[in-house]
Amino acid sequence: MEQQFSSAQLGMWAFLLTEIMFFGGMFGAYTVYRSMYPGAFQSTTHYMNVTLGMANTLVLIASSLTMALAVRSAQVDNQKMLRIMIVLTLFFGFVFLGIKGYEYHEKWVEHLIPGPHFEYNVPNYAHQAQILFFLYFAMTGTHALHMVIGAGLLTYLLIKSYKGSFSSHYYTPVEIIGLYWHFVDIVWIFLFPLLYLIGAHLHA
Amino acid sequence: MGQFTLIPPSAATNAPAVDALYYFQSIVAVVMTAIIFLGILIFAAMYRKRSDDDKPPLIHGSIPLEITWSIIPFLVMLVMFFWGAKIYFDNGRAPANAMDVFIVGKQWMWKVQYPGGQREINELHVPVNVPVKLTLASEDVIHSFFLPAFRLKRDVVPGRYNTEWFIATKPGRYHIFCAEYCGTEHSGMVGWVTVMEPKEYENWLAGGGATGTMAEQGGRLFSQLGCSSCHLFTAGGRCPNLMNVFGNKQQMSDGSTVIADESYVRESILNPNAKIVYGYKPDIMPTFQGEVNEEQLLQLIAYIKSLSPHRAPAVPAAAGKSAPKVPKAPATGNAASVGSL
Amino acid sequence: MSTAIETPRSTETLNYLNTKYGWKSWLFTTDHKRIAILYLISISFFFLLGGIFAMLVRLELATPAGDLFNSDTYNKLFTMHGIVMIFFFLIPSIPATLGNFLIPMMIGAKDLAFPRINLLSWYIYIVAGLIAVGTMAYGGVDTGWTFYPPFSSTYSRTYVVAAAIAVFVSGFSSILTGLNFIVTIHKMRAPGMTFDRLPLFVWAHYATSLIQLLGTPVVAITIALLGLERIFHVGIFDPAIGGDPILFQHLFWFYSHPAVYIMILPGMGVINEIVACFSRKRPFGYPFIAGSSIGIAVLGFLVWGHHMFVTGQSMYASLVFSLLSMAVAVPSAIKVFNWTATMYKGSIRFETPMLYAFGFIGLFTIGGLTGLFLATLATNVHLTDTYFVVAHFHYVMVGGMVLGYLGGLHFWWPKITGRMYPEFWGKLSALIVFVGFNFTFFPQFLAGYAGMPRRYHAYAPEYQVFNVMSTAGASVLGIGFTLPLIYLIWSLFYGPKAPANPWGAKGLEWETSSPPPTYNFDTPPVMNEEAYNYSGDDTGVHVG
Repeated sequence: MEQQFSSAQLGMWAFLLTEIMFFGGMFGAYTVYRSMYPGAFQSTTHYMNVTLGMANTLVLIASSLTMALAVRSAQVDNQKMLRIMIVLTLFFGFVFLGIKGYEYHEKWVEHLIPGPHFEYNVPNYAHQAQILFFLYFAMTGTHALHMVIGAGLLTYLLIKSYKGSFSSHYYTPVEIIGLYWHFVDIVWIFLFPLLYLIGAHLHA
Repeated sequence: MGQFTLIPPSAATNAPAVDALYYFQSIVAVVMTAIIFLGILIFAAMYRKRSDDDKPPLIHGSIPLEITWSIIPFLVMLVMFFWGAKIYFDNGRAPANAMDVFIVGKQWMWKVQYPGGQREINELHVPVNVPVKLTLASEDVIHSFFLPAFRLKRDVVPGRYNTEWFIATKPGRYHIFCAEYCGTEHSGMVGWVTVMEPKEYENWLAGGGATGTMAEQGGRLFSQLGCSSCHLFTAGGRCPNLMNVFGNKQQMSDGSTVIADESYVRESILNPNAKIVYGYKPDIMPTFQGEVNEEQLLQLIAYIKSLSPHRAPAVPAAAGKSAPKVPKAPATGNAASVGSL
Repeated sequence: MSTAIETPRSTETLNYLNTKYGWKSWLFTTDHKRIAILYLISISFFFLLGGIFAMLVRLELATPAGDLFNSDTYNKLFTMHGIVMIFFFLIPSIPATLGNFLIPMMIGAKDLAFPRINLLSWYIYIVAGLIAVGTMAYGGVDTGWTFYPPFSSTYSRTYVVAAAIAVFVSGFSSILTGLNFIVTIHKMRAPGMTFDRLPLFVWAHYATSLIQLLGTPVVAITIALLGLERIFHVGIFDPAIGGDPILFQHLFWFYSHPAVYIMILPGMGVINEIVACFSRKRPFGYPFIAGSSIGIAVLGFLVWGHHMFVTGQSMYASLVFSLLSMAVAVPSAIKVFNWTATMYKGSIRFETPMLYAFGFIGLFTIGGLTGLFLATLATNVHLTDTYFVVAHFHYVMVGGMVLGYLGGLHFWWPKITGRMYPEFWGKLSALIVFVGFNFTFFPQFLAGYAGMPRRYHAYAPEYQVFNVMSTAGASVLGIGFTLPLIYLIWSLFYGPKAPANPWGAKGLEWETSSPPPTYNFDTPPVMNEEAYNYSGDDTGVHVG
């Protein structure tokens, strides 16, 4: 059991390394374009809903806390608390996705989706601003996709926990899915300032 | 099957330099390969199985040997590295007196423009023994302008200018290839560079039916596009006076300075807010992205270049039918406005 | 340690092939050995497919004019040859078949760490493969396997998105295989199997897995961004809105250059085992060979810029990339010299696998040395995007990896199938492959320096001599690759039964029966001696 536990954990850490490189490609592209077109990128912060972004940040931090508590509950064999914490984590996950969806809708209404219908009322930045919005959707979209997968994994945990699969002797799935969830949260912690905050004060 | 050679014709100063390095590398490669092949053959013959009971000695390895066969290849490699870097950097920056030729790649042809206004397609004519600088632009995808006889190649990337330069040494006709895969007729995107004696070259230039020099064509565009309504040749325009800008250091509003070269002018036309000249406001000039094509951009640049007559002449006297004309700008304000930039 | 039962067998002993029958026992297996067989069959299919594309390309190039196919068809042929061979043959070739089969046995484990993920990775590979084949059947793709924008994102009128999805999906198969190997090597080693006793084959796969884990996701996201750009008609590599198409090349080669080491390190691993076994010697300089694998993997991530010396990247960046690229020559040279030195004072046998190993060492040497021409700035400018590059990477990929793969397949064929292949035919085809290969690809070096650009449907007549030689060689090479296909399948039915250790090789995989039982070993093995203990317990001798 000890062997299996550490294999699974090493496997998840290795997988997270892969994930870092996966997001790293986009962060790299972001950095390149930010330095190429600082003005255009700064102008877009005006269109980012910092309030909702901030709210989502808090929601995710809360979900990380509940996830950590879920692992703790499994460790101390508190089945009821385990289920409550998983449900809470799931709830925060859906709140995040809901807010994100609303933000996407806002962008849609404001014609900020890159493509033929893109409209941007700072005409000189109309071209390059699309690059930022493309990256915005690619990065937050990939992140949201990870959230959806995470929600699926949490649901799996919930079902398993109702079947009484976890105990203080065996909680590997809770632990490694927890690792994954924290990773996805951390990605957002990087995305939020990069996409919403940097340069925002210039327009305040 | 045509004649075939192992070494393509050598028609520019760069070619013998690259060939010499290539010979050196080939010798190294042959010697190293021979050592390995011989080593294997000799060992295979000497130590072939004698009986099933052979008990070869246990040999763990040898640190001195490992160091030897790490260091020697490393040193040989360093020779190649410095030699190659030397040639590459020699080719890096065109001399100031190089003659300009502008090339636009487009699926699937090379459009060539000369400062004198002559144009041709898939043909490039250059004089022998004169440094020639090619400015490369693409209207669509990435191409690569490859001159095997000159041992030169440069990608032609949309959205930026790349340059290459050479001094041709031998009159003749040599291949131009597109070396970066660019779609259906990639292998048809080929042409010829003709190296001519200077006298012939002058005759050839004179024969072209050009409608004004590139700079004159650019000047017409400059007024057609309305640039001249803000870029006045006096102080006080909403946009900078472009007299004597090209080739000189410009002060930007963020405190930095840039040399106004082809890329800078190109950027300023397509992305005016990227760099704002000190003392001027952003958001005044609209972008001309999509309004002008690559050839017209090059003409505009040629025009702006011609507004800096004090630069070292980029065009040999023979190249243009007439020396690039300084446009009729009000005589006043020239000297004064330079200072205000 | 268990030894094979030498008594004549009246009935088949129970092994992984005959414990269960029926297609379900294969498609739902979690046995790494059966999954390796599944991979073996699928990559053989893709090798055949890619080989057919290659033959058609070579046929077209026999004459300078573009007379056999029109240019669009030709462009699709070389693109699909590249995509199939790289993503669906070379990358999975040795790791997913031999690696999958052997790593657990070599370290004395009964399976990989995550058997179900192993099966999943095969299914992902198959899904990706089906998408790829579907794309080709529907009309194909013509961007070149490198997918450079803006051609791929805007101008190509073929099924770029579908092909991109196939490559994207196949990446996950590769990632999962690498992840499985890393965890297995760390966690599943038998008692006594310390890292300094690990077979060099396993070391090579460890280095490979690191690249798969760290590199593949970057190309996956890059290809995904490219696909989005094509779907939405706008994106970050599009120069029309200020995007930089060269950024794509940076991201692409950040993976795809290390990926060529995914395609060669496992081959090197195979050669270590073969040379040691057929020389009856411990590999000369074991720690240096192991270390150089890791060295190549690490350096591999620092050299991608050498694909962009002529794109207009900063000259100083080019300078650094040139130096780092050349530095890869050092660990490569260490390997070649150590293989050669391993034969010193050995007892050398010339069975088929050893012939392939000789071929590998020779061809990899040429491939590596010609890499120096391309790492050198001035010669790169002339040679890049010419046939010189084509010849160089085929020397490494085919002369290296494919020969390593065939050598390994023959070496472990008795272990995998329990049958011996016909030695005469094995030697003959090894010889044919070697001769055919050199005839095919050596002229391409010459054509390249003479200035013939790659990916040309029609070419200038002065290059025809090289191309005729190349096409003639390709037909010989084709025969050389077809022969093993025939006699290996023949041997499954008519080959003599293989003993547990036909070559007298060292390594835990030879300690169990051929074919091995489902859980590899009847009793869990213990590694109680040094690796490659071919010399018995003699005291060590140092030379030099």
